[in-house]
Amino acid sequence: MSSDATDLGRGLSRRRFLFGGAAVGAGAAVALGVDRALPPSRAAELDAAGLNGARTVAFHGAHQCGIDTPIAAHATYLGLGLRDGVDREDLARMMRVLTDDAERLMAGEGALADTEPELATVPAALTVTFGFGPQLVRRAAGSSAVPAWLGPLPAFGIDALEEQWSGGDLLIVVSSDDAVTVAHAVRMLLKDSRSFASLAWRQDGFRRAYGSEVSGTTMRNLFGQVDGTTNPEPGTAEFDQVVWATGSGDTAWLTGGTSLVLRRIRMNLDTWDEVDPTARSFAVGRRIADGAPLTGSRESDPPDFEATTAAGNTVISPVAHIARSRPVDSREVIFRRGYNYDVAPSGEGVSETGLLFASFQADVDAQFTPIQRRLDQADLLNTWTTPIGSAVFAIPPGCAPGGFVGDTLLA
Amino acid sequence: MNAVRTPARLGALAAVAALTLSACASADEPGEITVTDPWVKTAESGMTAAFGELTNGTDETVVLVAAASAVSTEIQLHETLSDESGGMSMSEKEGGFAIAPGETLTLEPGGNHLMLMGVTEPIEAGDIVDVTLTFEDGSTVDVTADAKDYMGAQESYAPGAEMEMGS
Repeated sequence: MSSDATDLGRGLSRRRFLFGGAAVGAGAAVALGVDRALPPSRAAELDAAGLNGARTVAFHGAHQCGIDTPIAAHATYLGLGLRDGVDREDLARMMRVLTDDAERLMAGEGALADTEPELATVPAALTVTFGFGPQLVRRAAGSSAVPAWLGPLPAFGIDALEEQWSGGDLLIVVSSDDAVTVAHAVRMLLKDSRSFASLAWRQDGFRRAYGSEVSGTTMRNLFGQVDGTTNPEPGTAEFDQVVWATGSGDTAWLTGGTSLVLRRIRMNLDTWDEVDPTARSFAVGRRIADGAPLTGSRESDPPDFEATTAAGNTVISPVAHIARSRPVDSREVIFRRGYNYDVAPSGEGVSETGLLFASFQADVDAQFTPIQRRLDQADLLNTWTTPIGSAVFAIPPGCAPGGFVGDTLLA
Repeated sequence: MNAVRTPARLGALAAVAALTLSACASADEPGEITVTDPWVKTAESGMTAAFGELTNGTDETVVLVAAASAVSTEIQLHETLSDESGGMSMSEKEGGFAIAPGETLTLEPGGNHLMLMGVTEPIEAGDIVDVTLTFEDGSTVDVTADAKDYMGAQESYAPGAEMEMGS
């Protein structure tokens, strides 16, 4: 048994150690310079106005919100299964009701017949985005209205898919910088879905809180990896080309919409813990510390996949994540909008952690699948990651005032 | 039912419903009575209720005396009052609801409401229900109320009264 004195001594040395670590961290932040430097420390300030809570995102438009709008700190993905017998007419009623809910909630008002309208008054950039699975589209307008890419992805060798995170007829994505707002909106939308559909799965994700770091900073996933560097920039011609779909004939309803691939990717932090920083960077092809490619000095530097070491090997391994995921064909570009998840573990584990990989692209088959096929064949990161959920949805275009999301398919 | 129209917003479609004069109305020019966010609780059959906010934009007191809809055999105007035992009870509003100029009558769960008796066919979520409001002077306002699923607005609610299943 240890004495009190020994415990005290341990506590002190532990504290000294942490202080030392903090000092190194601060030094590192300074050394990084402009790329990822933090603003100088300052006293906490009272926010007397609740400015961020009052922020709203416009609901109406050519495209749905929650795709090219700034990414919020919290997101909940809801996958619903349609009830038997729900037909086209029912679907139109459902989408009218859900659209009305979304529009009111995003404006910071209670939904119609909201039992807790007081919770709706802090939208904090709330967005609600809807997606359709193949069965919904078939029931709405028949098989010919289903885009060719709308359905399960091809089976990949790395997959260990669980039904509890896969598929779905109706997708609702609720995101906000405020978790209370998300909870209320989710509850309202699910109540109003209940006559038409039941909840099949729910996936909650988070990123840095609003204001914790400079807006637009590339997120780090829970491997500590800077994740999403090469994303197209919303508002650019490249983004529009990558993301927005153009349908024709029976799929014309999708014009102005897009597709969502949602993959739940478990990250094995226990085995990742065994990997030292150099090896982690080697697996990714970017330095973990700052996200710069191994051939560059800044996150924004383009990787040089041809650069070689003195020994004649490429600096970036041909099986590093960024080498395998880079486009081979110029069409193979996707727009990612990922979130972390971290839920209660089962058994002896101390964590159940991963990434809600979400990518938007005009055409899943042409843009997403070839990348995923290469990653399936070889990617050093596969050592520590396992896709355990997978779903593909068609994201209909936005609606005009007076319309509803999905009206191009259902009206 | 299920005749889907596409209003700008559920409920808000009826936000401005012009007061229409019946033949025996007074010669005075009417103002407007506006109805905001009208909605009706879904129901398979039996009774249900309708809600919304009625604002009297005229310069006279108006009195809501009746309401009617094709989806139910009768609509009563109900008020909710504390009863002698400390609970709440609902009863028909004698003489209707008077709304002073510029005032708003709020019809809401747990408060004043329109009681639909004898629902003739299922009212389903997202349906649009036409309701005609009649005022004391004989004038009417047509309202389109949106049907929403709603667990509250039980005509008689006694917490714990049906707890045989529990401990």
